[in-house]
Amino acid sequence: MPNLANPTVFVDVTRRASPWLATATAALFVAGLTLSFLAPPDYQQGETAKIMYLHVPAAWMSTFVYGVMALAALGTLVWRHPLADAAQKAAAPLGAGFTFICLATGSLWGKPMWGTYWVWDARLTSVLVLFLLYLGLIALWRSIDDPGRAARAAAILTLVGCVNLPIIKFSVDWWNTLHQPASVFRLGGPTIAPSLLWPLIVMSLAFTFLFLTLHVMSIRNEILRRRIARVTTLAAAEGDRLAPDFAAKGA
Amino acid sequence: MLSDPHIGFVIAAYAVAAAVIAAMIGSVMFDYRRLSAHLAEATRALEAARGGRSKDPPR
Repeated sequence: MPNLANPTVFVDVTRRASPWLATATAALFVAGLTLSFLAPPDYQQGETAKIMYLHVPAAWMSTFVYGVMALAALGTLVWRHPLADAAQKAAAPLGAGFTFICLATGSLWGKPMWGTYWVWDARLTSVLVLFLLYLGLIALWRSIDDPGRAARAAAILTLVGCVNLPIIKFSVDWWNTLHQPASVFRLGGPTIAPSLLWPLIVMSLAFTFLFLTLHVMSIRNEILRRRIARVTTLAAAEGDRLAPDFAAKGA
Repeated sequence: MLSDPHIGFVIAAYAVAAAVIAAMIGSVMFDYRRLSAHLAEATRALEAARGGRSKDPPR
């Protein structure tokens, strides 16, 4: 088993694994989209139910990615894992992307089904807060120059933001919301017909693999960014060391 | 399927998702190409600086 905590080994492993992950992601998307378009229309919603095959996986990924970031935040603050802050930083834009898809597709489903694009419902509002948290974390990393301080600040904000995850999950049970309650992950089992459930499962796998692929590639980018900073600093230090010699020659 | 009165919303939802996913993939790949080129350039600069030092060792 390669030591993935070593950035050089991680870059090497991801270089070899990325094409396989990308191929698996593409295959899952082809299968998922085919099953989605072949699935029968819902007896009440008609073809509008096809939006569910994008909206639900994106919603799951929006909270899953935040969970990954929370684990990475613990890795930064508690275990001081060398790649934890890179993993956390790399996940934030992806989480923001999935949350945006969730909000946009939900809005496009809401107009024909609820008669409105948006309501200040507990579920919708808590997911909007999650989207703003992602944007805030991205802004935090960009606003602090020292990478160590930025990583610690972002890790603390990420852990504080975790309070939003159970609110998102249980908002439909705790409050009277327009958003329907859970229909897949519930104690009594899924309430969706198998012909509609299978495309949803395959699309969820496709979204998960998409995140996995882009996440390892983004972590590799973050490692490259740090190497550039180190090499540039070394080159500047070498230049400074040479400067007195050049000055002496000039004099 | 195309006769559904709300098909425009379905198409718009898939178009938005495709655009966001394409942007996510594109930004990661573009970032990788940019960073690889930048790293190669920075490494050349470091080697040039070290080469200069070996030719002109500090007195």
